[in-house]
Amino acid sequence: MCGIVGLHLREPSLEPRLGELLTAMLGQVVERGPDSAGVAVYGDPRLSPPGRAVVSLLGVTPHQAATALPDAVVVAADATTVVHAQSPVAELLATIATALPRATVIGSGEGFAVLKGTGNPVQLAKEFGLAGVTGYQGVGHTRMATESAVTPEGAHPFSVGPGQCLVHNGSFANHATIRRELRAQGVQFDSENDSEVGARFVAHHLDRGADLEKALRLLCERFDGFYTLLVSTADSFAVVRDAIACKPALVAETDAWVAMASEYRALDVLPGIENARIFEPEPEEVYVWQR
Amino acid sequence: MAALTEVDLGASSVRDLNQALHAPATESAASWRVLNPRGAHSVACGLKDEVTVDVEGHVGYYCAGMNQRATVTVHGNAGVGVAENMMSGAVRVRGDASQSAGATAHGGLLVIEGNAAARCGISMKGVDIVVGGNVGHMSAFMGQAGRLVVCGDAGDALGDSLYEARLYVKGKVKSLGADCVEKEMRDEHRVELAELLKAAEFDQDPADFRRYGSARRLYHFKVDNSTAY
Repeated sequence: MCGIVGLHLREPSLEPRLGELLTAMLGQVVERGPDSAGVAVYGDPRLSPPGRAVVSLLGVTPHQAATALPDAVVVAADATTVVHAQSPVAELLATIATALPRATVIGSGEGFAVLKGTGNPVQLAKEFGLAGVTGYQGVGHTRMATESAVTPEGAHPFSVGPGQCLVHNGSFANHATIRRELRAQGVQFDSENDSEVGARFVAHHLDRGADLEKALRLLCERFDGFYTLLVSTADSFAVVRDAIACKPALVAETDAWVAMASEYRALDVLPGIENARIFEPEPEEVYVWQR
Repeated sequence: MAALTEVDLGASSVRDLNQALHAPATESAASWRVLNPRGAHSVACGLKDEVTVDVEGHVGYYCAGMNQRATVTVHGNAGVGVAENMMSGAVRVRGDASQSAGATAHGGLLVIEGNAAARCGISMKGVDIVVGGNVGHMSAFMGQAGRLVVCGDAGDALGDSLYEARLYVKGKVKSLGADCVEKEMRDEHRVELAELLKAAEFDQDPADFRRYGSARRLYHFKVDNSTAY
């Protein structure tokens, strides 16, 4: 199954409530994915202060990170360790590669952090301190693993480009073929997970100058399998479903926010839902909202 | 005057609600009002008596599934599989319905006033479904019996692998599925369509609709295909 929730705020006065709303949404999709969870949050001043490079890591303890990166601020969030520093993102990533060679980078950029872990999503949200998070955009995922092991690395979101984030409900059938093709073009992978291939594919095309809509159209052409995807960048929020559209998706939109979720009950927690425009995304149609 | 019972799903569980609805009816036409469904799954499932249930808000999956004899109205949208496997009775969705509305249903009337998503009436086995708006792709897929009426447009592959269900569409059909063809609208079809539209309380002219059905070419194995195996 897997559960997806996402919230893109248009009304700045709601930004202090981003984490509280995302926590409530995530709590409604626990049954869809009780084995692990992850979130990506955009604009939280504690996790990602303005103007600082932010890198989210797995496979290291906060103590190891603090020791290896004396100039960085370290924030612990369950299995994830977030570090931020006053330097370009590429420089911080290079320092981490040298000083923490066993760490896995699960997100990098400015104004953006990714938190992942295994276990019950409600408990994880507590460990992440999600209810206290603020910001303008957030994405969450609860995972019922099918294609790879239940590990923090296998949890969603997959974030492989600056500020980019992809969450997936479904399974890609031809991911091994596409992984081989991307590897031949020099793209490096962290896991054998099918959803990571989707994220790498999108990042690869964004890197080559495609906008998010174009990258997702290309994904529809190339990928076989079942997918409802929520893909975000620092300034956009996009939803796409495969041609069969068997994995559920609902979008709700008001003047104050755009939200997407696997099930209506996750949208019902949002303020103003009673007046929202609610619709199901059409198959193979790319929906993009820009900030 | 039948008693009206209100159940607030903010305070009661869906299981408690359904157990109460399953209890033998003490009144011949008991009425129920369900408040704050907030997208809950399996609301008013498995009803078997002539009760009337009004659900005030949006529901989740499988609302009014397996319905027999009851009349269930959702004053909002319905999630996946509303009225799936309905045997008899009537289910009305005032808003939109998600995919697989009326799936495998054997009888009764399902009315969706808004749009129905993909696979509306998949494997329908005798139910009548009347949709005020559009239906998504692969609607009436493998339909075996019953009638599907669409007052708006139909998505791709309408009636794919259809057996015997009859389909009436007023708007555009994006494409027909395998073995589904347009058929002549005869008087008997206009009569049954008028009855269905009346039962659904839709003010539509049967003359504006086209009929689709099975070409019955998939019933038998074609010996020409034997080399494919």
